[in-house]
Amino acid sequence: MASFFAHREVRGIWSYLHGYESGPLCLGYNFQHEHMAAIEIQELEKYYQTGFFRNQRKLGLKSLTLTVEEGEVFGYLGPNGAGKTTTIKLLLGLVFPDGGTARILGRPLGDIEVKREIGFLPEQPYFYDHLTALELLQYYARLSGIGGRDVRQRSERALARVGMSEYARLQLRKFSKGMLQRVGIAQAIVHDPRLVILDEPMSGLDPIGRREVRDLIQELNEEGKTIFFSTHILSDAETLCDRVAVVDRGELKGVGVVADLLRDMSGDVEIAWRGPQAIAALSALGARCHATGEVVRARLPERLQDAALEALRERQCRLISVTPVRATLEDFFLQHVSAEAKAEVQA
Amino acid sequence: MNAKLRTHTCYALLVAALLAAGAWLVRQTDQVRGDQPLQEVLYIPSPKVVKRLSLGYSGLLADIYWTRVVQYFGGKHQAHAMQYKILAPLLDMTTSLDPKLIPAYQFGSVFLAQKPPEGAGDPQAAARLVEKGIAENPQVWRLYYTLGYIEWLELKDPAAAARAFQRGSGIKGAQSWMRVMAAALAAHAGETETAVYMWTNILNSTEDRSLRINAINRLRCLKVDSDVKALQERVDELTKRQGHAPSGWEELISVGLLRGVPIDPRGHPYRLVAGRVQLSDPDEFPFVTRGLPPGKELGDLPGEKGFKKLEKKLQQ
Amino acid sequence: MIGRIATIAHNTFREAVRDRVLYNLIVFALLIVGASILFGQISLEINRIVLINLGLTAISLFGIVIAVLIGIGLVSKEIEKRTLYTVLAARPVHRWEFLAGKFLGLVMTLVVNALLMSIGFFAAVAYVSKGLHPADLQLAVAIYFILLQFVLITALALLFSTFSTPVFSSIFAFAIFAVGTFAEDLRGFASMAQGVTSWLMTGAAYLVPNFAALNVISQVAHDEAVDPRLILLNTLYVTVYAGAVLTASVWIFGRRNLK
Repeated sequence: MASFFAHREVRGIWSYLHGYESGPLCLGYNFQHEHMAAIEIQELEKYYQTGFFRNQRKLGLKSLTLTVEEGEVFGYLGPNGAGKTTTIKLLLGLVFPDGGTARILGRPLGDIEVKREIGFLPEQPYFYDHLTALELLQYYARLSGIGGRDVRQRSERALARVGMSEYARLQLRKFSKGMLQRVGIAQAIVHDPRLVILDEPMSGLDPIGRREVRDLIQELNEEGKTIFFSTHILSDAETLCDRVAVVDRGELKGVGVVADLLRDMSGDVEIAWRGPQAIAALSALGARCHATGEVVRARLPERLQDAALEALRERQCRLISVTPVRATLEDFFLQHVSAEAKAEVQA
Repeated sequence: MNAKLRTHTCYALLVAALLAAGAWLVRQTDQVRGDQPLQEVLYIPSPKVVKRLSLGYSGLLADIYWTRVVQYFGGKHQAHAMQYKILAPLLDMTTSLDPKLIPAYQFGSVFLAQKPPEGAGDPQAAARLVEKGIAENPQVWRLYYTLGYIEWLELKDPAAAARAFQRGSGIKGAQSWMRVMAAALAAHAGETETAVYMWTNILNSTEDRSLRINAINRLRCLKVDSDVKALQERVDELTKRQGHAPSGWEELISVGLLRGVPIDPRGHPYRLVAGRVQLSDPDEFPFVTRGLPPGKELGDLPGEKGFKKLEKKLQQ
Repeated sequence: MIGRIATIAHNTFREAVRDRVLYNLIVFALLIVGASILFGQISLEINRIVLINLGLTAISLFGIVIAVLIGIGLVSKEIEKRTLYTVLAARPVHRWEFLAGKFLGLVMTLVVNALLMSIGFFAAVAYVSKGLHPADLQLAVAIYFILLQFVLITALALLFSTFSTPVFSSIFAFAIFAVGTFAEDLRGFASMAQGVTSWLMTGAAYLVPNFAALNVISQVAHDEAVDPRLILLNTLYVTVYAGAVLTASVWIFGRRNLK
């Protein structure tokens, strides 16, 4: 943790030396260092041409505006097809926007040099399977501008970090999916980038693998790296991220610190009692009921709590507990995502 | 958007410029390469081998070789070359690959037959080529015409030419003037009986008025030729006996060499001028070869110009 | 820049070698040895001619086939397998550098392949002709022209790879090679045609890659010297034409959305 803060201190001094906004030392062009977002997206748009004659347009991403600060772990959430991968590809220059702009580490889209500071793990990666793990990393290291002896050293270190040292000389075509995922992370960090972008880094991993990736992400963050990762597994995001953004069908649904997002969601309460008689009554109120043997649990919004308790007392049910339910990210997700789905059906 | 358009234009211009430079270089290369493609063809020992190597695509290969021949000939022709060394083997190769490639026989033989610098100047080879074509394609009447042309104009053998036209005239689709040509050439060769036979044939087999008139004229002229020949023989005999040429028909009649004044098929008497038998009115007999007063042109048989006219007719 | 291109080129080369694609060398070696022995009974003259024709044609054809089979996948395989995402997205590599690297890597593979075959070839020639003579320098010229053919066909295969699937790319590539071999005849046909057909055919005939001029095999088999002007012209032509094709590749690939 200490190292994390130290890194920030250093950065602060650096930016001070290089001309803060005020004072005779102001050098104008550099004051981006003072407050530079890792990623700044402004109204980025992308449409896809579909249809046999390519005359129909399908929305990929609609006017996205988002900022990711340096040094944070940022989760990019959404169901499949929401536009998460599209956003990443736009940022990385694999796909070209139809509108809007973006900056990465202060540089505009299309800048090549800034790529030295970026690490990327694509979804379901596949690497040159005629190479061994070590050769692959050396290849990438060289392309990133690392030279000479450093190449081998850093490659071996990256492999060690992801726990793949013993497979350094094995050809990649013999690797399992989980092993490939780790090698993928290794190539994303071999050149020690400031910003690491991971597209579904946990996919295909068993719980142990996922735990390891989570730990690694935290380690990298403690070193001062900004981590931007997309996922549809919400529990991971909840534990790891400083901030999250939720997208659905190409549109941003919400962005912010997890706790803030969830605070806005009204809390539910869970009432547990014995005796099934009140199920109908509480369901009528809008509660979700679930019976296990003699015990029934009902979940309903807090404002209906009094009405529900009244209903139970009338029927002389034996109350067991009244517990406030903490909203999870999943709830937030379902609320915002399924609302759209509902609207679509009604339209 | 402007920047994007600019980029695209730059790329397009660059690619176009490079391709244009490439095209120019290709032209230069073609000139340096010259006859090389043709020389290469002839490295292969025989047409049979070429046919086997062509893996069944011999027809296409023949077309390709034929265009190369045309190019070769055109190039040489332009350069007023005096030698067309590889023309004959090339044509042999081409027609072996595709024996039914009629233009190769037709125009190839012309290229071969004509005198340099118009052609290779080898009419024997040309005739052989056409005969090869006829052997492979006996039902193509135009080949017989080509053969006849070569025999008459280049090999100066009207009898052979007449035979060629005769053979061709019987083929289905042959134009009627083939028979005309056969008969005309036979007459010119001195084979009067054949010519009479052919013209009578034509007269009897056609309803066409102009053709009939033409045939009758022809027969009349043949009669004149034959008459004049016979008359001249008797005049010469009397000249020998007397020691001087007779001055009129009466001398021959009185000696008994003639029974009366000889009349031409038109009913006009022949004339005897300075020991030479002549027609009173040569214009009535446009096809005669004898009996013309001195200085008059020989027959109407198409020479170079006539054949060219017929060629044009052929292409219509 | 050079470093990155070299790295990508080296990787492309390595991939081709490990792909066991160069095993064709063994087949070639057997062919050559077999030919020299089989024809040993016939006269010296024919033996040499056949050997040169066979050897050089084999070098040329094997190379063309490899060039097309690997070339058409240079870009499309990387896109299909998504291996190129990590190269372009998170490395300071321009798209054109990537193409240059792939192109040079394959050309290098073909050159190495051809050189190895040439060694075997010259050995066979020396055996048949009882030693090498100055005239055999022309054989080297023929091999140089074959290498130029490789450069051309690789550039074309790369171009097709940037926008087409492997099946169509291979069809286009082999087709354009066939047409280019008869380019001179195409120009002949064009000059005999009339009107619009003539214009179209002439245009096509001059834009099609001039593979015909790069084939001097039968010439050198008959010990005819190659015109030095032809060497210069062919070198310039391949430089210019490959340049055009590669520029087009950069253009197309540069604006392509990589799904």
